[in-house]
Amino acid sequence: MHRKTIVELNTPLRTGEISSVELTQAFLDRIGQYQDLNAFITVASTTALEQAQASDDHRKNRDPRPLEGIPIAQKDIFCTEGILTTCGSKMLSNFISPYDATVIQRFKAAGAIILGKTNMDEFAMGSSNETSFYGPVKNPWAKQAVPGGSSGGSAAAVAAQLAPAATGTDTGGSIRQPAALCGITGLKPTYGRVSRYGMVAFASSLDQAGPMTRTAADAALLLNVMAGFDPKDSTSVDKPAPDYTTTLNDDLKGIRLGLPKEYFGDGLAADVAKTIDKSIEELKRLGAKIVDISLPNSTLAVPCYYVLAPAEASSNLSRFDGVRYGYRAADYDDLNDMYRKTRSQGFGEEVKRRIMIGAYTLSAGYYDAYYLKAQQLRRLIADDFHNAFGQCDVILGPTTPTTAFDLGAKTDDPVSMYLNDIYTIPANLAGLPGMSIPAGLGEDGRPIGLQLIGNAFEEAQLLNVAHQYQQATDHHKQAPKGFE
Amino acid sequence: MQWETVIGLEVHVQLRTKSKLFSGASIAFGAEPNTQACEVDIALPGVLPVMNRDAAYMAVKLGLAIDATINIQSVFARKNYFYPDLPKGYQISQYEIPIVERGKLDIEVDGKKKTIGITRAHLEEDAGKSLHEEFHSNTGIDLNRAGTPLVEVVSEPDMRSPAEAVAYLKKLHALVRYLDICDGNMQEGSFRCDANISMRPKGQEKLGIRAEIKNINSFRFVEKAIEYEIERQIDVLEGGGEVVQETRLYDAAKNETRSMRSKEEAHDYRYFPDPDLPPLMLDDEFIQSTKDSLPELPAAKRQRFIDQYRLSDYDAGVLTTSRELADYYETVAANAGDAKLAANWVSGELAAYLNKESLDLDQAPISAELLGGLVKRITDNTISGKIAKDIFEAMWVGGGDADSIIDSKGLKQISDSGALEKIVDETIAANPGQAEQYKNGETKLIGYFVGQIMKATQGKANPKQVNEILKKKLG
Repeated sequence: MHRKTIVELNTPLRTGEISSVELTQAFLDRIGQYQDLNAFITVASTTALEQAQASDDHRKNRDPRPLEGIPIAQKDIFCTEGILTTCGSKMLSNFISPYDATVIQRFKAAGAIILGKTNMDEFAMGSSNETSFYGPVKNPWAKQAVPGGSSGGSAAAVAAQLAPAATGTDTGGSIRQPAALCGITGLKPTYGRVSRYGMVAFASSLDQAGPMTRTAADAALLLNVMAGFDPKDSTSVDKPAPDYTTTLNDDLKGIRLGLPKEYFGDGLAADVAKTIDKSIEELKRLGAKIVDISLPNSTLAVPCYYVLAPAEASSNLSRFDGVRYGYRAADYDDLNDMYRKTRSQGFGEEVKRRIMIGAYTLSAGYYDAYYLKAQQLRRLIADDFHNAFGQCDVILGPTTPTTAFDLGAKTDDPVSMYLNDIYTIPANLAGLPGMSIPAGLGEDGRPIGLQLIGNAFEEAQLLNVAHQYQQATDHHKQAPKGFE
Repeated sequence: MQWETVIGLEVHVQLRTKSKLFSGASIAFGAEPNTQACEVDIALPGVLPVMNRDAAYMAVKLGLAIDATINIQSVFARKNYFYPDLPKGYQISQYEIPIVERGKLDIEVDGKKKTIGITRAHLEEDAGKSLHEEFHSNTGIDLNRAGTPLVEVVSEPDMRSPAEAVAYLKKLHALVRYLDICDGNMQEGSFRCDANISMRPKGQEKLGIRAEIKNINSFRFVEKAIEYEIERQIDVLEGGGEVVQETRLYDAAKNETRSMRSKEEAHDYRYFPDPDLPPLMLDDEFIQSTKDSLPELPAAKRQRFIDQYRLSDYDAGVLTTSRELADYYETVAANAGDAKLAANWVSGELAAYLNKESLDLDQAPISAELLGGLVKRITDNTISGKIAKDIFEAMWVGGGDADSIIDSKGLKQISDSGALEKIVDETIAANPGQAEQYKNGETKLIGYFVGQIMKATQGKANPKQVNEILKKKLG
């Protein structure tokens, strides 16, 4: 049962061959069985089974809703009413939200079951899941390896088949990079396509939620539920979302795929390069035309991102002050001491590093040199994409420079950790949709992700290319050993 | 040395919207602590702001009324600092591009008119309140006010005396109430003022170092705080010292200003555009419809009063100081049949009674219609002005309308010439000596006769007619 995709599960659920309660229980059992992965921070067994029962009841009397009875793992960054929402931090280790994020509301309204809350880098700041207050997540493909981050728990859970699908959020690659490293399908939609309301903010102008699934077809089902205008989010776009499943089978004949030369240069591991080349050949066979393009400013995306994201984060995380909710230091002398101790003790090292960077780049006298400069650069990076989409329909490249690295390998070297997102960050800065799909395994037997970047609001096109690729290949069907 | 005072004011105007600037919670004053603070106001993780359209409308109204530039695109920025009553750890304000820029307001002090420049007016959210009483060494936080929409109106340093500062403040206060964008309640903090004050030798162009005085919550305190600050700064300067650029707090109980924090201690607010809010865009249609919705503004109303009611510039000015007073006056005038006389009664008797009892106009026990009815009886010679004052007092104390008081107390003026001639004849007959003296040239004795007649009629005789008849009869 756990091997089935959502598309495949819909039939037995509809015919009554299985109930949502049985399905939910099966995944809860697997979560218990593979606890050592540390993929979940909270397993919501009781409420999940209640929701499953309610879904089974619903199905008896009424037409099934789009995700009727399907258990979904939610990244612990989404506020869930009555269920702990920690964002991977000690700061929120006691925080039970009184409200549901819009994304959660939409899943509930679609009949989905909230299986639990997945582990993540603290406040989504990290590329390896090692900054989580709840400890690192192991990569199901190689337990000494990281699953990627920040949505590492979600990626590991889907890869290990502890859930049919999960949600992630992506600020600089946090859906696509772990999806690549765990061999699953992950989609970061266009900025503004999915509501950010109720998603704990890291860098507001970059954050975007999206599906993490086993297939592009499942991603389309989830995106159908997640996408749409939300009046509670002023940055969400008031533009109807299409039915993403209807275009999955469109012919790829004549589609122009752009290969940015900057994505195939120094720093790209040979086995990754080889695998991506094979994927390109496969897509050519499906009728795609290959176009060479250039994104000249994308090489500056990492420094640009590490000015802008920390700047926004330093402000976004100010609300965690110990006054109203969350962690508060036990002993303090006065107000300032309370702030200092609460924030020193409640935040981990990486979060504090980024708050410091952000406070610095926004401070009087440095603002123009850092923040403003980075904003100008961001515009140039976006312009590159705009020009590129004059020549091609979808941009293609690797998701990450290497396969999953070992736990602890980069924890002492933040910059080398940051460079893991070198191919994913540009799409966030330009606000464009990006996707990672499994393309094969590297020399070390760890997964490699193929990245697709589309023009604004062209998620359907990405899903179409991904689905056609997955119809022709079986990389996405590979499961890590021990989890079959 | 001759010193010149330079004053600029920053006024926080609380807008009368239904809900907060970025959330749907109510902004009504006086609710139980934290009952009007929703998830957005208390800054739960994940919440986002959504701009209140009404607040933009009100800010544009103000901008149009002060002849300012309305920025088609303005930008919300975050002002970052930590304080327990600031839930997000930043205040959403407007920094580089405010919604309103470069306006002006005309003031008048001792008959001299002057134009005060307004640098900008921007939208921002209010903070909550820290409650230090009742919590035994702890501090309570009430977030009901957090997120309440404000417009901060920043003037140019154009004022030169406490009187000018107060005149500007009163003018702005009247204007926001004319526009119906603020209730103007200074005690409840709906209209708050910070004053920037510096001194310079008379004739010098360069501005002196300024101190900012915070927390001044009445017109009187603004005047006193500035007066105190002028003396303090002159003392410092004449003692050979330098004024320190700092923020000072006005203590009304002690009538002094105290240092709160110096420039060195000033926060670095790390302003940057709020990524949760796209730039605020206004279209021409919105601005035009706002323009169309503007009420008659004080200056236009004053001119109309002069033209329509033939009032003096001074009277028109007094009667248009507030929209309520102007409306009250117009109702009195409409009912009285004599606009000039109506003006005298409103700015005379009514103002004196309100002042004596420290009442606001809306607390006056006599409605404009009833006062108009009273003045009407003077106009149509039913009663004399003197009797009218007694009736006014009776109405003030016991209510009722003029006509019923006139009837019940028999105060109707005697204007029947037959009746009056009879009384005059009787009075002359009763005072033959005085009549003789009058005939011999002591004409000022006419006053004596009028007095006797008024006494006999309890003031009800029409004085004009009495005079005429007396002159005729005493010949």
